[in-house]
Amino acid sequence: MSNAKDIFLKEATTSTADGPQRIFINKALGGYYTNRDIQKARYRDWERARDVASLAKWTAVNDLANTLEAFVAKFESNGGKVHWARDAEEARQIILQLIAKAKAKAVVKSKCMTTEEIHLNDALEKAGYSVVESDLGEFIQQLRGEAPYHFVFPCMHVKREEISALFTKHLGTAATNSPEELTMIARRHLRQLYVDADVGITGANFLVAETGQISITENEGNARLTAALPRIHIALSGIEKVVKKLDDLSVLLPMLATAGAGQPMTCYNTLYSGPRKPGECDGPEEFHLVLLDNARTQILADPEQRDSLHCIRCGACLNVCPIFKNIGGLAYGTTYQGPIGSVITPHLRGLKQWNHLSAASSLCGACTDACPVRIDLHHHLLQNRRNANQTSPTWFDRLFHRGFNFVISRPRLFAFGGRVFRFTLPLLKKIPLPYLSAWLKTRDLPPAPAQSFRQQWKESSHG
Amino acid sequence: MRISLFIPCFVDQLAPQVGLATVRVLKKLGHDTEFRSEQTCCGQPSFNSGQWEVAREGAIRTLKVFRGAEVVVGPSGSCVAMIKKFYPELLKDTPHAAEAKELAQRTFEFSEFLVNKLGVTDIGAKLSKKVTYHDGCHALRELRLKEEPRQLLRAVRGLELIETDESESCCGFGGLFSVKFPMISTAMVQVKGGALARTGADYVVSSDPSCLLQIGGWLTREGKPIRPMHIAEVLAEGLPQ
Amino acid sequence: MANARDEILARVREALKVTAPKPHFKSEPVSGRSTGTVKAWLPDGGETLSEQLNLLTENLAKLKANLVRVSDVSAAHQALQQIALTKKWKKVAYHSHPLVSPAAEALNCEKWEVTSSFDKQKLEGCDAGITSCEALVAQLGSILVSSESSGGRSLSVLPPVHVVIATVDQVVADLEVCFAEVLAKHGQKLPSMLSFITGPSRTGDIERILVLGAHGPKELYVILIG
Repeated sequence: MSNAKDIFLKEATTSTADGPQRIFINKALGGYYTNRDIQKARYRDWERARDVASLAKWTAVNDLANTLEAFVAKFESNGGKVHWARDAEEARQIILQLIAKAKAKAVVKSKCMTTEEIHLNDALEKAGYSVVESDLGEFIQQLRGEAPYHFVFPCMHVKREEISALFTKHLGTAATNSPEELTMIARRHLRQLYVDADVGITGANFLVAETGQISITENEGNARLTAALPRIHIALSGIEKVVKKLDDLSVLLPMLATAGAGQPMTCYNTLYSGPRKPGECDGPEEFHLVLLDNARTQILADPEQRDSLHCIRCGACLNVCPIFKNIGGLAYGTTYQGPIGSVITPHLRGLKQWNHLSAASSLCGACTDACPVRIDLHHHLLQNRRNANQTSPTWFDRLFHRGFNFVISRPRLFAFGGRVFRFTLPLLKKIPLPYLSAWLKTRDLPPAPAQSFRQQWKESSHG
Repeated sequence: MRISLFIPCFVDQLAPQVGLATVRVLKKLGHDTEFRSEQTCCGQPSFNSGQWEVAREGAIRTLKVFRGAEVVVGPSGSCVAMIKKFYPELLKDTPHAAEAKELAQRTFEFSEFLVNKLGVTDIGAKLSKKVTYHDGCHALRELRLKEEPRQLLRAVRGLELIETDESESCCGFGGLFSVKFPMISTAMVQVKGGALARTGADYVVSSDPSCLLQIGGWLTREGKPIRPMHIAEVLAEGLPQ
Repeated sequence: MANARDEILARVREALKVTAPKPHFKSEPVSGRSTGTVKAWLPDGGETLSEQLNLLTENLAKLKANLVRVSDVSAAHQALQQIALTKKWKKVAYHSHPLVSPAAEALNCEKWEVTSSFDKQKLEGCDAGITSCEALVAQLGSILVSSESSGGRSLSVLPPVHVVIATVDQVVADLEVCFAEVLAKHGQKLPSMLSFITGPSRTGDIERILVLGAHGPKELYVILIG
């Protein structure tokens, strides 16, 4: 099997060559830009709101042990049960055991990237359970047998005609070109599955230490139903999702919606503090929370990149990233796409195998400007490049940069080399050379000037 | 004021006209310029490739070159950002940390220097053309220069500035990124160059010659009529040679 | 081997031995609160009740929610009756609440009060769910419902139409005030679910085109008394 970098290069070559698809993605994001700007303008000071959001996450993450302990004590006193998982395998085992103990057959899920991270669906299906994704986009991706394209907009790359054909194939429904009708087909299909499911699995956007609540953000109402109808509610969350105060959400909830989807507030922001209480009409009998480490403590141990644990998974960095927009989400081959994915995937899956994502960036910084919690994303890409070079340098890079440095540390050699380069450029263009040929495949170089700046300076009156 | 020129290595070798225009504008404003010929490359290619040890040598060498210079001005947002933002990062916890911070403070990008340091927006240039502006990412997001170049362009007689929705989009150059991931880099310049061409402008102007190399290279290959021009060249139009 | 909890917490403590620099800010937030006073920077929630009502009205309209302002309880009953007639409801679900019960019981269709022994299949067959709420947030147009004050978890989300009956004194300026009131009201005994509903259920998953009524209600009515 080829390695992750080769697959990435191949996928990126294919997807960048697909002009109509790139236009489709750009068009799909067009409405987002307009709405985001309208909503941002309603903030009296967006930049300061970012400071506050960033500080709320900084405060919790930099006191993570105490914050988590406070959260867990409160959560359990509310009647929920916490399970700790060191890694993906442990998390899968915990969830499988909970489901087995409940003698459940059918599982309904609402969108949760952390379950993607631990490949939960595969494990559940292998164990013989029927699992259905209830978020429309995730449902479509599940039917397609494809990973989410974007961790907030999972099927933004799929055209309505394809969705219609997919539904005809799997659900036997008539063809339609109307997004509304397609949505209603999914709604009707999934309705009965909620009612029949024994277990509902959700993620969590925030864990509130002060009150022991978990907060779930969604637009469709599927998470609300997932946490209301089945007998058992299992939530899976990374340990970094905890915040100190309920009031922290007064800035984080609106900013998540505005930065990520251009909304004032996502349609449903729900806080769960336990299973159904005596006297309440409905709700699950059991409420379990699986707290996952899975290399998050490794990121925590790197003070330079610790702020990447502030991420609230809004997706803003993907939406503005020219790399994401041109190669598409699937080319990354990761759970988390875009800039944040390129920053954290090396921590989750190994820097040597995944540093190419950090290299595949022009470092334009649009992501860092878009991040509502001020993660220094593009500079972290630079740090990943540095770290990769320290731990697993390639001989070509070493040689190239040492050689380049040899020349530039000698001004006369540099001037001479430049002269040779300029005079031989017409010839060099004709022979296959690393880097230069890659440039010339799609771009010209201007004709080389006869004299460099330094020559002209010297020859003019200045010299 | 005696201004020490910081001429990026590829401007020196491939786009000397940008350096000459920079000199002409600064002279017109009555300033002395000097060019310290020991300067070569600031080390950014190595820095961006993760070769920080190599880049550190380039940084230390550049610190020495500009030792004692009153102000350092460079016609490139990217290379100036290297000195202003990344040298202090690269050299922190080394004996050169203080000097790096100090050089950062007296180094300016060309349009930044004119507008924010000298307080000048009108040089007296004339250019009866339609131009559109490309915000180089380093100038825009590392140095936070957005209005400065536009103020300068608006003051040019006869010049019509046309904005595009994609003015802040990256051109896809990114140094070695452009040749390590040429398909992504090309896709990016297709978006950028396409938007620039659609404006119907005669020139795409930027404060970053490296972006102009990428954009111009693609525009020429695609046979688009819009031409790249550095902001220093625009401001030198109509000034005495 | 230590258990997972102890091991993870030990890893966390070890990792945090090296401190990370505090982010740079334009201004230091007010001490004593982790978020400082954010009112001044977030979207405006209005100072006076009339400003708040204006903002609420404007925000609900943008969210495609229907706001019906009425002067008193009997007018609220009429408003609900009117919606029921227009929408040709056959069966509605509601919960026991002084604002909700009399209004629902006055309807001329089949009425069903959800209780702790209710059947989820039956709720699925209802045309509308009628509930009260905890608060209305002017700043965002959000309605806070809870498992305690809104008939459990499903009533406000399963039926295709959700009607909220509320009074103007339930309007709060912003989320900050809302959270403070929730903590003051419920203290340590929080309802098992608190949910901010901001407009009818929606999705943009197909070509980023907005469709209402993805899984939750397609329509949201707020009958506001006073």
